[in-house]
Amino acid sequence: MNLRKYLKVYKKFLHTSLASELEYKTNILVDLITAILSLVGSIFLLSIFFQNSGYIGGWKFEQALIIQAIYTILNGITNTWFNPNLTEIVKHIREGTLDFVLLKPIDSQFFISLKKINPSGFLEIMLGFLLLFFCIKINQINLNLSFLTLSLITISCSICILYSLWFFISTTTIWFVKTWNAIEVLRSFLYIGRFPLSSFSFSLRIFFSVFIPIAFITTIPSEVFLGLSVFWKILLEIIVATIFLINSRKFWLFALRFYSSASS
Amino acid sequence: MISNLINRKILTLLKVQYSNMLEYRVEIALWAISGIIPFFMLNIWTNNNLNESINISSTMLSRYFLCAFFVRQFSVVWVVFSFEEDSLMGKVSPYLIQPLNPFFRYFAQHLAEQITRFPFALIIAFFFFIFNPESIWIPNLSILLLSIVSTFLSFLIQFLIQSIVACLCFWTEKASSIERLLFIPTLFLSGLLAPVVSFPAYVKSWIYLTPFPYLIDFPANLLSGNKTNIIGGLIMQILWIFILFPLFKKIWSEGTKKYTAMGS
Repeated sequence: MNLRKYLKVYKKFLHTSLASELEYKTNILVDLITAILSLVGSIFLLSIFFQNSGYIGGWKFEQALIIQAIYTILNGITNTWFNPNLTEIVKHIREGTLDFVLLKPIDSQFFISLKKINPSGFLEIMLGFLLLFFCIKINQINLNLSFLTLSLITISCSICILYSLWFFISTTTIWFVKTWNAIEVLRSFLYIGRFPLSSFSFSLRIFFSVFIPIAFITTIPSEVFLGLSVFWKILLEIIVATIFLINSRKFWLFALRFYSSASS
Repeated sequence: MISNLINRKILTLLKVQYSNMLEYRVEIALWAISGIIPFFMLNIWTNNNLNESINISSTMLSRYFLCAFFVRQFSVVWVVFSFEEDSLMGKVSPYLIQPLNPFFRYFAQHLAEQITRFPFALIIAFFFFIFNPESIWIPNLSILLLSIVSTFLSFLIQFLIQSIVACLCFWTEKASSIERLLFIPTLFLSGLLAPVVSFPAYVKSWIYLTPFPYLIDFPANLLSGNKTNIIGGLIMQILWIFILFPLFKKIWSEGTKKYTAMGS
């Protein structure tokens, strides 16, 4: 019964935010061109790295393209859901409108994370899938059931980790009020998800798998696609994703205790 | 007399904006951190020995990326986002009545932010030298002055381009998506992620005619002591300013005629 209520509410969210976003149709077109150019740009950058060497961190160009594809899909998901919603938290807290969210007979994390949607991110997700299919073809990956389940599991874990990272940073707004730029820091760190983890030096590799687990987000799913992954890595990703999700929930509830609305 | 008046106006604006920016110290520090992407790129270059193929020693390359970081820090422009917000909120109307082009206000805001940012950039550079002690160098005074000039010119070019985009707010509500589109070529072609020397020949043949390599690659090469055409670069920077400035003035006068304040 509860689930059905949330589904119904989510349908309404979708309806209202799509209606308001489609007001700006040219914007969506511009965003599509931006997504295409950004993909072309990063493939161009990758080709510069590969122009005089066959391997980067043990990855061939065709293999590194898979990482780009997965990054593009995840970036599209970020732009569709995480970015429009979680930047809104900052506004809610600054203007004190978080009160209205908390008063609603619905889970506040659900409301805050899924209220809005930005349809231009869909195009980026599709673009990522196109590149992914192309990569599957040129790398001669044969699709079978176990491979499909594994890739689905790892990608959903990546989405969970990504969501939790965004949510963590946005939640800190409750104490610091202005954290737009903290999100920029996260964005610039996420940027390294475009490249295989093994192409970085040892210290950075440690940093990006222990402190900010960007390593898990794109590299492990790509390894699954190439059939290079080891069981313990996938298991580790599942564990990390679960820990992150649970903690993001706990952190939100903890932070809410410190929330004093705008004029109190 | 007139110049005295202008001086006083600009000084007052600067003072106001500087004290305003000091309020946002943490924000600016975080923003400075978010600019460290060049260091990640450097890590890929040197960790895979890619610099050998473009005939730059790893020391020179690390100096290049450090300078690219610095140039980027002092040429970041966000006028379109401020202007868009002000114009959506109707704040532009009172500015238009004042006997001063509102873009002076934004210009002073940017300069004040750069002054606030300077110590943070120095701290990041300090940490960079701790990790890469072999790349410490002291540029001679004339080169230092020239690169400050060319960084400022790069800032001016970007400020003019973004101001032109910002003026599009008079016609469409959301000009910032156009800015995001323009940011993609800036990101990939300016030399922030890879020095222009390393680009393939089919790009190098036309890129020096565009403004992009003069935004980061040229000042960074100048400051780091890598090979570059000093006079040619400065001439191209000034040339682009001479092209963009009349364009901005034209679009500004057209736009203000088109402007309808909120509620009219």
